Amino acid sequence: MSGFLRLRLPGFAPLMLLATLAVIGVLIVAPLGVVFFEASKKGLDAFLASFADPDCQAAIWLTLTVAAIAVPLNAVFGLAASWAIARFEFVGKRLLLAVIDLPFSMSPVVSGLVWVLLFGAQGWFGPWLEDHDLKVIFTTTGIVLATITVTFPFVARELIPLMQDQGADEEAAAVTLGAGGFTVFRRVTLPNVKWALVYGVLLCNARAMGEFGAVSVVSGKIRGMTNTLPLHIEALYNDYDFVGAFSAASLLAGLGLVTLVLKTALEWRYASELSAGRQR
Amino acid sequence: MLPGFPLALGITLIWVGAIVILPLTALALRPWENGWDGIWKTLTDERVIASLRLSFGLSAAAALLDIPLGLLVAWTLTRFEFPGRRLIDALVDLPFALPTAVAGIALTALYAPTGAFGQVATKLGLKIAYSPLGIFIALVFIGLPFVVRQVQPVLMDFDQEVEEAATTLGATPGQRFWRVMLPGLAPALFGGVSLAFARAVGEYGSVIFIAGNIPGQSEIAPLLIVSKLEEYDYAGAATIGVTMVLISLAALLALSVAQWLYAGRRAA
Repeated sequence: MSGFLRLRLPGFAPLMLLATLAVIGVLIVAPLGVVFFEASKKGLDAFLASFADPDCQAAIWLTLTVAAIAVPLNAVFGLAASWAIARFEFVGKRLLLAVIDLPFSMSPVVSGLVWVLLFGAQGWFGPWLEDHDLKVIFTTTGIVLATITVTFPFVARELIPLMQDQGADEEAAAVTLGAGGFTVFRRVTLPNVKWALVYGVLLCNARAMGEFGAVSVVSGKIRGMTNTLPLHIEALYNDYDFVGAFSAASLLAGLGLVTLVLKTALEWRYASELSAGRQR
Repeated sequence: MLPGFPLALGITLIWVGAIVILPLTALALRPWENGWDGIWKTLTDERVIASLRLSFGLSAAAALLDIPLGLLVAWTLTRFEFPGRRLIDALVDLPFALPTAVAGIALTALYAPTGAFGQVATKLGLKIAYSPLGIFIALVFIGLPFVVRQVQPVLMDFDQEVEEAATTLGATPGQRFWRVMLPGLAPALFGGVSLAFARAVGEYGSVIFIAGNIPGQSEIAPLLIVSKLEEYDYAGAATIGVTMVLISLAALLALSVAQWLYAGRRAA
């Protein structure tokens, strides 16, 4: 298909290519480049010093902890949801699918707000929590809940269309041959969807570690305590510590780039084992 | 019959119930604690009206600009072969992969009066960062991949025989684009614009740094929710949250109706 337009419209193709490069360059590459440029502006020592800051280390640690809790939970949910939705017929399936997609169309701020309305000082369960000396909002628990809400659909979204395409024949054959439920899942289903699962977990993790809006609502932003890495970046930026902010940001930008590379590698290498929308 | 249905559906329903249904119920019920009067008072506040108008207006404008930009990028990526094509293709997803706070401070550094693009803009007499124009650019940035990724597969599958037939019948390149290609791409464009718009309306991290956040001028609706929460006005925050969800749903519904009417007119 390459270049058939070029044959008919000489001079048009290079023009479009240049325009595309300009759009990608100005809109996408420039912001990425400026992160690393600003981080390195005062030299390597200043860059590295940003990571020696205990608050920065606490933020990195918190971000890793939150992702380590939220991502596996959403992976288990994604597997369960896709098994139920792609393998069985039941009333309300379409509604369930719509509800699973809902967090994608909600503002991250709203995804944080809902937890404050439940567990905040004046929330539904606020007084009860206070009586029992429990805290959710302004703690790691609240941050985890907000992160789970935002990353909720990622794994299910990758698995459901793929499992629907694959059909249940292999699993049905295994059952006929006498395999039990978990054997079927472990030996047949999981190998069939493993790359889609990895893909979903990858996107889920990137979002979990980079989430800002939802987390900023529930965290309370206590430095060294409830600041995740994105919130730490905001704190430094508002202090006019630009090298510190962009150094921390370069870490997250690096995470984004690694995610992009792995995602692209999966799309090339295992295209046939991903859901149809991911093949290119 | 496969095993495991009760367990799988059980886990799914518990998780959906705890993470989506229960929290959204709390959101939907909260605005009513001060009755209609409370809701009315929140929604007629000038600052709230201005922020909703800004958020929805700029999101619509940004999604519209993403149409030609996304179409251009998708077209180049599917129709031409050039060195680095796959790199460009992968880079399109960067706004998805880059955490919003990082995008926010990066765009601000670029478009601030001292920044690389900001200096040029200042010479031209334009103020980008700390004005609605800055918000607009951030929203164009986060919306672009939605349009490209919706249009790309359709362009790839587009039946070239139809285009060739149009050419054989004497269609000019312009006619071929407007009369043959665009109608085929319209559903994907509607889809991409809807997604870009929905994302832009709720966008927070990549916007608040560049916005300037002046009440009534460059304060987006999600930021106002945060302000209300900081004042412990839970009902007010929930009212704005519910209003945003409702307006978004109405806009998306209008887009699907428009697409449906368009498809009907084409078929007739």
